[in-house]
Amino acid sequence: MKYLALIYSAAGAGPTPGTAEFGGLMGGYQAAGKTYNEDGVFLAGEALQSVETATSIRIRGGKTELTDGPFAETKEQLGGFYLFDCDTLDDAIKYAKMIPSAEFGTIEVRPVMTFD
Amino acid sequence: MKPAPSAVHAAIEYTLRQDRGRLISALTAVIGDFELAEECLQDAIVAALKDWPKSGIPKSRRGWLLQVGRRRALDRFRRAKGLAEKTAQIAVLEQAELDAPADTHDIPDHRLRLIFTCCHPTLDEKTRIALTLRTLGGLTTDEVARAFLDRPTTMGQRLARARTKISNAGIRFDIPDGSALHERMGSVLAVIYLIFNEGYAATKGDSPIRIDLCEEAIYLARLMSNLSPETPEIEGLLALILLTHSRRAARYVEGGYIPLDQQDRSLWDQKRIYEGQNVLEAALKRGQVGPYQLQASIAALHCEATSSKETDWTQLAALYRLLGQVEPSPIVTLNLAVAVSYGAGPQQALDLLAPLADELRDYQPYHAARADVLRRMGREQHALAAYRRALEMTQAQGEVAFLERRIAEICD
Repeated sequence: MKYLALIYSAAGAGPTPGTAEFGGLMGGYQAAGKTYNEDGVFLAGEALQSVETATSIRIRGGKTELTDGPFAETKEQLGGFYLFDCDTLDDAIKYAKMIPSAEFGTIEVRPVMTFD
Repeated sequence: MKPAPSAVHAAIEYTLRQDRGRLISALTAVIGDFELAEECLQDAIVAALKDWPKSGIPKSRRGWLLQVGRRRALDRFRRAKGLAEKTAQIAVLEQAELDAPADTHDIPDHRLRLIFTCCHPTLDEKTRIALTLRTLGGLTTDEVARAFLDRPTTMGQRLARARTKISNAGIRFDIPDGSALHERMGSVLAVIYLIFNEGYAATKGDSPIRIDLCEEAIYLARLMSNLSPETPEIEGLLALILLTHSRRAARYVEGGYIPLDQQDRSLWDQKRIYEGQNVLEAALKRGQVGPYQLQASIAALHCEATSSKETDWTQLAALYRLLGQVEPSPIVTLNLAVAVSYGAGPQQALDLLAPLADELRDYQPYHAARADVLRRMGREQHALAAYRRALEMTQAQGEVAFLERRIAEICD
C-alpha cells in the first residue's frame, strides 16, 4: 500500500536556520531518508516553500477565484510530505515516526486510495 | 417439524451472542477484510432468517453461518471488478470450503487476532472499547450505545467508521510480534480494564454498578487468558478485576456508596476472591511482575483482611511504592497516601497529598481522600471544605449520597 505522510508544523515551532539545532534537524532528515531508501519504502518526498508562497484556487459557477495563501487558516501548516510504500499502517507509522518534525509538529498519515 | 419464527430469532440471537467473535474472526481470516467479513456475516444472518423456518434450525448454527458467509464472500469476489487481484482470496475461500463441512462445531478460532485488531492504537479509545464489546463481547450495537449513553445511530456510525478504517488504512489482521507485541498487548489490556472500570464506577447515570460491563470485562479477560495462556499481565488483569468485582455487593447499600473500611465483608464474593487469588498466584510465579499484577496484589491484600484495622497497610504502601516505580502517576501516589494514612499516619499522608494539589485539582477522589484524612485527624473545618469540593465534582448518585452523609455528620 501507499501511504502519504503529511508534515504539519506551526511557524517558528522548529529550530531556526543557522543554529546548531537546525543542523541537527537536517541531519535527522538525512538519517531518516537513508533508512527509507535502505528499507525500500521511499517513493517520494519533498519539503515545501513557506505558506506565504501558497495560492489557493476555487472554481465556483465557472469562475476561478485565486486566493493568496493557504486554504485553511490553521496554526499548523503543511510543510512537506513523504510517500511511502508499506504493507501495513503499523509500518507506515514506524517510518513516519522517524520524521524529525514529529518532535514539534504533527505528521498525518493517510493511506492512498486505490481504484479497482 | 418446522420451527416457529420466534424460535429461529432466538437461535440466531443466541448464536451471535456466543459466537459472534469466532464467526467474524474466522471470516476475516479467509476473506482478508474485516469490513467485508462483517457484511458477509450480515448476509448469512439474513439468509438464516429466510432458510431456517423452512428447513429447520441446523445442528451447528455457527458452522452454517460461517459456510454461508464464506459463500457470500466468494460471490462478491467473483462479481467484483479487478478479478485478477482477488484470485488469491478466492483460492483461500475455495480451500476453506473443502476443508470445513458445515456440520462441524470446530470453526477456526482467530479471536486473538481479532481483539488485537479491535484494540489497534490508531483507533480512538472509545472506538476501541465499543468495537471490542460489539465484535468480541457479542453485544448488539444498541447495547453498546446504551453502555455509553449514546444514540444507537451515533454508535452505529462510530462502529462503521472504525471498520472502514481497519479495512482501508491497512490495519493488519494479525498478532503483532517482537517489540510491537508488548505495546499492542498493553492496548488490549487497557481496553478490557476500561470496560471494567466503566461498569464498576459508572460515572454517568444513576445505576451505580452496571453489572453488564463488569461481566463483559471478566469474560474478555478470561478469553484473553485462554487465547494467550501463561501471560503474567493477562492473568494479573483477570485477577485484578475478579478481586475488585468480588466486593460489588458491599460497595453500594440502598444506592449509597460504602467506602472499603465500612463495607460488610461477609457480602464479598468468596468464589471470585478464591479464583482471583489463584490466578494471581500463578501469574506471580512466572517472575515477570507488571502493573496489573501489582494492582491485583493490592486488591488481594484487601480481600485477605477481615477488617480495615486488620489490613496490612505497611505491605499495601510498599506495593503502591513499587507500582509507582513501574508506572508513575499521581493517582498511584494518591492511593499510596491513603494506605499511608492508615499505616504510618495521617500527617505523613497529607505530606504525600500536598504536592498533588495542582495536578489533581479536578479529580474528585483526590478531594474525597483528603477530606477523609482530615476528618480522621479531627480537622473538621478543613475536612468539610474538601468534602464540599468533592461533592461539586460528582454526578454519580451513590457518591453524592455518601458525601452528603459525611458532610451532615460533621455539621451535626
